[in-house]
Amino acid sequence: MIALLRRDLVLAIRAGGGFGLGLAFFLILCILVPFGVGPNPDLLARIAPGILWVGALLACLLSLDRIFQLDFEDGTLDLLATSPLPLEGVATIKSLAHWLTTGLPLTLGAAPLGQLMNIPQDAVFWLVCGLALGTPALSVIGTFGAALTVGLKRGGLLISLLVLPLYMPTLLFGADAARRGAEGLDATTPLLLMAGISAGCVALLPFATSAALRMNLR
Amino acid sequence: MSIWKYANPTQFMKTSGWMLPLFSVLATVCVATGLIWGFFFTPDDFRQGSTVKIIYLHVPSALMAINGWLMMLVASLIWLIRRHHVSALAAKAAAPLGLVMTVIALLTGAIWGQPMWGTYWAWDPRLTSFLILFLFYLGYIALWQAIETQDVAADLTSVLCLVGSVFALLSRYAVNFWNQGLHQGTSVPVATGGRSISDVFFIPLAISMAGFVFLFIALLLLGTRTEIRARRLKALQNREMRRETSNQQNLHAES
Repeated sequence: MIALLRRDLVLAIRAGGGFGLGLAFFLILCILVPFGVGPNPDLLARIAPGILWVGALLACLLSLDRIFQLDFEDGTLDLLATSPLPLEGVATIKSLAHWLTTGLPLTLGAAPLGQLMNIPQDAVFWLVCGLALGTPALSVIGTFGAALTVGLKRGGLLISLLVLPLYMPTLLFGADAARRGAEGLDATTPLLLMAGISAGCVALLPFATSAALRMNLR
Repeated sequence: MSIWKYANPTQFMKTSGWMLPLFSVLATVCVATGLIWGFFFTPDDFRQGSTVKIIYLHVPSALMAINGWLMMLVASLIWLIRRHHVSALAAKAAAPLGLVMTVIALLTGAIWGQPMWGTYWAWDPRLTSFLILFLFYLGYIALWQAIETQDVAADLTSVLCLVGSVFALLSRYAVNFWNQGLHQGTSVPVATGGRSISDVFFIPLAISMAGFVFLFIALLLLGTRTEIRARRLKALQNREMRRETSNQQNLHAES
């Protein structure tokens, strides 16, 4: 499992894959939004938590079809399926690798990029907390979506359609936590609810993911 | 005798053959009675005026939008557990119906909301969760369309339906947390048995709701029968094609 994780990370970093791409997308979004809505600091401060969350979600979405597609095309996925490693484990490791290359950089990058959006200082802590707790769920759900569409030639757009409704609760609680933080309220309740969603996703969705993979490989 | 004998497509076609006209007639009668009674023979509401009459379309379609997804969930589970093809095809046939019901509920709600709330759309928990349900239906149908191997498509859409149901439920209660509601509560709470709607309005509404249930069943039977026939046709075409190719090969071998 460690070897698989290392292989995926090396592939992502060296082969010009998803690593950094998500972060660059996030940066561009944070630059574009002020152009779109105007440079008024108050307005930016008010929408910053929400925009950052939506940006993180879209950046995450961007790299989803890479999770299984290349492995499926060159046959690695078949090898993994016949290896002694359970497919559920493969699914978990794939999500973890995706999170390490997308979710983690986004979480770390949100605080400096938030400054571009004039985010209130109180909100930064809650935003980073929320992203740290929420992006694992985004990666795991995304892996499930990628497993559903792995056999398709043009799965990219379909993935967005399948995965975005599933992202709804996570986004809702994450953005709510950041908004409450910005207003100086206590944000633990939405954070706890979101952590619950993340924990449930991490625990249960790999089973659905591996079931979908088996159906696609049959 | 068990319910599973209807999993046999031949048996299903036979039974649904006489059920389809029956339910079509029932649906026509109930929907027509409910809507005509509701639109023309009920008094105006003392506050909402005649706009209240859209309830005879709005509530039944919303009811079937949710129950359609529930029916797909059950059918998907049956397909995953017992692998009856009729079940998978019924789920496939139910999805567009549920989508249309969701759209009707959203549209009539918008038309009703404009004079009552002063806006076509508000980010109210009920409205939002219906919009999310709409997205789930879209994704489900798109996945069916995208995969060519029918059995794989049935498998994957069933898994999506299962996971989607959990997330749809989660979203339904998450949006409560997110924004205050503008939509009124139910007038016919099933759990407590009480009712805050007068019989004058309730009886045509109930008839209309029954009519929509029958309509859904009739269209569902029709859709499933079409899917079964389409699959039979494809199997026949494949067999013909194989026979032709083997004939040609035999000719080649003889010459």
